[in-house]
Amino acid sequence: MGKIATRKSFGQALAELGEIYPDIVCFDADLSKSTMSSLFANQFPDRFFEMGIQEANMIGAAAGISFTGKIPFICSFGAFLTGRFDQIRMSVGYSQANVKLVGTHCGVGIGEDGHSQMGLEDVALMRTIPKMTVLQPSGDRECRQMVEWAVKHQGPVYLRLTRQGLKEFDLPPFQLAIFPQLREGEKIAFLANGGLLESAYEAANRLSEMGIVNPAVYNLHTTKPLDGTFLTELAEKYKEFVVFEDHSTIGGSGAAIAEWMAEYAPIPRRVYRYGVKDQFGESGRPEDLYQKHGFTPEGIVTFFNKNS
Amino acid sequence: MSDQLFSKWASESRQVRKNIIKMIHYAASGHPGGSLSMVEILFSLMAEGGVMRHSPVTPSHPDRDRLILSKGHGVPALYALYHHCGYDITNEELMTLRALESRLQGHPDRVRIPYLEASTGSLGQGASFAQGVAMGYKLNGIDKRVYCIVGDGEMQEGQIWEAGLSSAHHKVNNLTIILDYNKAQIDGHIDEVLSLEPVKDKWLAFGFHLHEVDGHSYQQLTTALRDTHPTKPSMIIAHTIKGRGVPFMEGKVDWHGKAPNSNELELALNSIEENSTIGLQGGANG
Ligand SMILES: Cc1ncc(C[n+]2csc(CCOP(=O)(O)OP(=O)(O)O)c2C)c(N)n1
Ligand SMILES: [Mg+2]
Repeated sequence: MGKIATRKSFGQALAELGEIYPDIVCFDADLSKSTMSSLFANQFPDRFFEMGIQEANMIGAAAGISFTGKIPFICSFGAFLTGRFDQIRMSVGYSQANVKLVGTHCGVGIGEDGHSQMGLEDVALMRTIPKMTVLQPSGDRECRQMVEWAVKHQGPVYLRLTRQGLKEFDLPPFQLAIFPQLREGEKIAFLANGGLLESAYEAANRLSEMGIVNPAVYNLHTTKPLDGTFLTELAEKYKEFVVFEDHSTIGGSGAAIAEWMAEYAPIPRRVYRYGVKDQFGESGRPEDLYQKHGFTPEGIVTFFNKNS
Repeated sequence: MSDQLFSKWASESRQVRKNIIKMIHYAASGHPGGSLSMVEILFSLMAEGGVMRHSPVTPSHPDRDRLILSKGHGVPALYALYHHCGYDITNEELMTLRALESRLQGHPDRVRIPYLEASTGSLGQGASFAQGVAMGYKLNGIDKRVYCIVGDGEMQEGQIWEAGLSSAHHKVNNLTIILDYNKAQIDGHIDEVLSLEPVKDKWLAFGFHLHEVDGHSYQQLTTALRDTHPTKPSMIIAHTIKGRGVPFMEGKVDWHGKAPNSNELELALNSIEENSTIGLQGGANG
């Protein structure tokens, strides 16, 4: 199976779910061909609202329509959507509006467009909002399951999607906050999401072949909420964790795991945050940027060679 | 005098348009449509004999007119103009657009290139930034102007209207906002997606000194840019054609953010060579 971008999986899934759930409506802010909400728009023109370049207004309107029984999905690049933080904080969060926020083009993996278009702090922002669910699918099937989960779930959801295609792993059905395991290992666990899952998985295989470490690998698809029972099990199994994400290390999934481990793990556990280290994004080919940030399997292997 | 100047610009602008197309081709990504639609606006402002007072020798002179490109995705045109004006962007560097470590980011980065004045690319923010610079100039007693180019799709953002309301209220008369009214955004034509009309009446009602011009006519642009008001900020509604100068791109929504392939590059370069009257005859009258 070729690589599929999760934004495409999202668009297809929403268009299919639109048949089953007549209350689904969709909004976009002049990026429907990029977020792939156009697939829903083609199918259900009456339930699709092209808002123009007005993210703040779109968020407010979606909050409002959710209180008429509709289930709004609102789509833009993650950077522009979560950039309207106060609108999300108040109209969606504090109002407990049943709005599904879909942020695409997340991470340095978008490449040439550069910093202004990259969602690099979106997870950090969204997870500070009480009752917000923060999800990032690792591939096509999981993305479709998450979209359906979001439709059924009552409450705000942030779905973080990629521009680039992702490798499809053989995964169990999506279960909130229970990270599927991709690889057995000992002492150390890699938790990774989005574009970094494939790199972390590859690196784990190579590192164990090289006899350096033998990491278990998990797909960190839920950053919020976290499941205490599940994480306690992980903390009992492994001494160290490395969280890989195409996002700022500040406030992201790595930070969420580190916070949990520091506060609740039965025995203190070390957590390394592997991501974009307190710096701005920039232009470049996606593969060049992945290399620069150490996001390739080689980069990860090199990091462990140096630090073990 | 001005006829000669405008003929000179018309001929020079062909090289600038070629550079824009080449840069985007080599980068294999970028925004040709909205870069090409503002070439005459940029010439009228920045080129030798144009309205702005600025110099490549002293790009950070405290007493300079400043240009803020709010529609940051049009930056290839700005890089090409700075190169044309003798700033420190060489021809070779132009072709590094969007490459790793290049100063020529996909959207303006004022830290890498300070004379870009503002880092933009998230639409809607430039007019407020320009308002602030203009207010600072007034406080510092600097008698220079701040120009800001906004897109028509971009003008759908509420913040643009906040900047309008506020600049007029605070009598920021040294601010000129230029609307690149090329009638198109990404998901379609402006009037289908979210109409701005009657845009002229709106900005007049906001208290702006207003001109409506053919945004491909040097004559009309320079006249409007020079006519400012003692107390009001200025708005220039420049009717333009997206993709102007490359016939197969003109007016085509699809050429908003797509790089030409090798064949399209050649076709584009040839057609730019043939199009020698842009700027003199204009072409976009609303
Ligand atoms: C806040 C924000 N939302 C969305 C985008 C994505 N985007 C980039 S260009 C563009 C269309 C801009 O249309 P317009 O202002 O008319 O530009 P032009 O036609 O001059 O290229 C959009 C939606 C963005 N850069 N910033
Ligand atoms: Mg436009």
